[in-house]
Amino acid sequence: MSSDLLDDAARLRRALPDDVGDRVVESLYTDAARLASTSVDRDDARARLTLDRALDRILTHRVWGFVAMGVLFFGVFWFTIAGAAVPSDLLYVLLVENGHAWLRDVFVAAGAPSFVTGLLVDGVYLATAWVVAVMLPPMAIFFPLFTLLEDFGYLPRVAFNLDRLFARSGAHGKQALTMMMGYGCNAAGVTATRIIDSRRERLIAIITNNFSICNGRWPTLILMGTIFVGAVVPPGLAGVVAAGSVVAVVILGIGVTLAVSWTLSRTVLRGESSVYSLELPPYRPPQLWRTLWTSIVDRTLKVLKRALMMAAPAGAVIWLIGNVHLGDASLAAHLVNALEPLGWVLGLNGVILLAYLVAVPANEIIIPTIIMLTLTLGANTVGAAPGVMLELGDDAAVGSVLVTAGGWTLLTAVNLMLFTLLHNPCSTTVLTIWKETRSARWTAVATLLPIALGFLVCASVAGVVRAFG
Amino acid sequence: MTLDEMPRDRRGVVTALDTRGAERRRLMDLGLLPGVSISAELRSPLGDPTAYEVRGTLVVLRGHQARTVHVELEDR
Amino acid sequence: MRGPGGGTEDLPTPRPGPSQDTHDSHDAAPGCASCALSTGGARLARLGLAPGRHDHVVALAGNPNTGKSTVFNALTGLRQHVGNWSGKTVARAEGGFTYGGARYRLVDLPGTYSLLSTSADEDVARDALLFGQPDVVVVVVDATRLERNLPLVLQIRQITGRVVVALNLVDEARRHGLTVDARHLTRELGVPVVPMAARRNEGIPDLLAAIAQVAGTEDAPAPLRLVHKDPALEEAVTELAGRVAGRFPGVPNARWVALRLLEGDPGIEAAVRDGTLGELATPATPVERAG
Ligand SMILES: Nc1nc2c(ncn2[C@@H]2O[C@H](COP(=O)(O)OP(=O)(O)OP(=O)(O)O)[C@@H](O)[C@H]2O)c(=O)[nH]1
Ligand SMILES: [Mg+2]
Repeated sequence: MSSDLLDDAARLRRALPDDVGDRVVESLYTDAARLASTSVDRDDARARLTLDRALDRILTHRVWGFVAMGVLFFGVFWFTIAGAAVPSDLLYVLLVENGHAWLRDVFVAAGAPSFVTGLLVDGVYLATAWVVAVMLPPMAIFFPLFTLLEDFGYLPRVAFNLDRLFARSGAHGKQALTMMMGYGCNAAGVTATRIIDSRRERLIAIITNNFSICNGRWPTLILMGTIFVGAVVPPGLAGVVAAGSVVAVVILGIGVTLAVSWTLSRTVLRGESSVYSLELPPYRPPQLWRTLWTSIVDRTLKVLKRALMMAAPAGAVIWLIGNVHLGDASLAAHLVNALEPLGWVLGLNGVILLAYLVAVPANEIIIPTIIMLTLTLGANTVGAAPGVMLELGDDAAVGSVLVTAGGWTLLTAVNLMLFTLLHNPCSTTVLTIWKETRSARWTAVATLLPIALGFLVCASVAGVVRAFG
Repeated sequence: MTLDEMPRDRRGVVTALDTRGAERRRLMDLGLLPGVSISAELRSPLGDPTAYEVRGTLVVLRGHQARTVHVELEDR
Repeated sequence: MRGPGGGTEDLPTPRPGPSQDTHDSHDAAPGCASCALSTGGARLARLGLAPGRHDHVVALAGNPNTGKSTVFNALTGLRQHVGNWSGKTVARAEGGFTYGGARYRLVDLPGTYSLLSTSADEDVARDALLFGQPDVVVVVVDATRLERNLPLVLQIRQITGRVVVALNLVDEARRHGLTVDARHLTRELGVPVVPMAARRNEGIPDLLAAIAQVAGTEDAPAPLRLVHKDPALEEAVTELAGRVAGRFPGVPNARWVALRLLEGDPGIEAAVRDGTLGELATPATPVERAG
């Protein structure tokens, strides 16, 4: 019945010249242009501001364009790392050391049974306190800085500079933009792919978005870069080298994005590319205070809230598996032992793999989980109680815990950085991918492909280092 | 000549769009209509795409798109 | 230029559904909603998320990066993300405010160059405008690139007369040495055109007044009627429009739908097939237009 109407339309359409659509559109645009020209009084000499022009000459220059890109992104990370160190240590002392000890005293004084104290104080509280100390400062610095770049109008320039790489790998020109959105949160990055027209190119952008390090993963990189990589150079250079190692992982992520896009677009996701369009907006002075305010209130606190909601149950799980004994050892010890061989092959260890299992819901809790597990298990080997270890109050102390109680090496740290880049997306992102693609198959690909790559890369690095080192 | 051949220091006027359908529509969305004045403003550091200045705004086109836009050089 | 309502379209402008059951809330000016303007006491109250009851639905449409989300934030007090690049908003967002005694629900939409959409975010915008039946469509345009923004304004004017044009970024236009004649535009488009700079909260009161006026009026201007230069096309459109109107009586602009069908627009074809297009017509307890 209603298809009658469509049949009528088809019949009438056949009688018309086939570029009729183009002509209608053209007359619309001509009308619009005429109306505009009678409404606008234009002083063409000032059409594009000379300042904008000069900035663009530099920011998209053959040489300086890339230098500027490097300097800006390096600057953001360096600022984040350097700026977060002191507040992180303060929060650590306040929440993890003193807060934990105080809360423990309160529970003990109140006569709470020891398993209640253990579960709530050593498990739930400690994990959440760790998350706050590790995440809050870097987020509170990184988000505003990134938003300032975004408000200024810099992101489309990055897309412009990198376009040829994306074009060559068969990806859409706007994938550079969705990739950058992923630096905040992969779930947001996946939703942002709606700006890409064709389904094929959109799928490529969705699958590769996980190679943009999200806020939940920055702290892991920053901590590893600071403790292990920064420590191999003289202290004066430590900050720069640490930031450099984080940027190296980001650049590696871009490389992986391009390589995976290239492979996908030449195999399972072959096809026409859709219409390309990009605009370079005028540079706009960012609203400094508003940006600071909204990125702290909205983004940082929201992200933190999510992390806390994930950390609390994870803390309980960590305490439980660390304290429920099966035979002669804790559940955690059994699990770690079982995972240890695979961990060794990957140049990681059983604790890290177990942490990734516990932290499937959210990447944010990886570091706290690793440290708490190391402490719980390390306590057995070193023979000290968790509380004793926790009195060491800064990054270096965390490092020494990992080295002495966990047996970590530089290889462990570097491979953890690589694995941070290359592993499955968090639960929220997987859910978003499902919602956006409505395809179990592509959701599975987007989830499993990165972790397969992670295994491959980590095992190769470990093999090479062991063979030559 | 087509847009991709236009020298960087000159302005031109769009005379025709040699493409159809969605691609043509998007060009018009971005302000490329016959009669409009245009100049090549920035080249991407990797050689492609190019940003063109159209009525005070910067529009980025890849080489294959620029080849479909016919222009006539304006007098200096 | 085709004058606004020049070729009078006979189809009635659909009466906004939600406002019918809440007529009494216009206590500022009972019996004459558009008089709310002149009461002078009209004040904006930002309601944030504001679920629940509302008198009018207002949609924010416009090209990408013209400041829609900035206007949305200014009116609702929410903090929808804004960013200086095209494509920041990809999903609809809703918020609320009260003004002149009426409650408004405001919908922020992704940017779109035209209603001939090609990507998922543009689909969201188009569907909201075509099938969401807002009482007012605020088209946010960039005063510094008017010729690029007007095609969308004209397209929206072809489906509805319940339009307010927010001529945003006039601060940048000034810096670029551009002056836009809003009065001329108002005359040509037949709908209010409000110069503003949303980021500095300039022009917000005028925008609110214009929204209230369009929301309250019983006789918004008719949609622009297209007369096609090509006689064969004109004939085909007229014939098909007759069938559309016969099949879906009360569809706001049958000629526009007919043209889209002639061009084979898959979105509109789908709406015909699954009857969504019919829903456009349902609230039409046809209101006789005065004059
Ligand atoms: N100077 C100036 N800048 C503005 C004004 N309104 C918005 N902006 C800026 O314009 C940019 C785009 O604003 P948005 O509100 O995100 O634009 P949008 O239309 O929602 O963009 P999309 O969601 O991408 O379609 C931001 O950088 C705003 O700060 C204004 O009145 N004056
Ligand atoms: Mg927006």
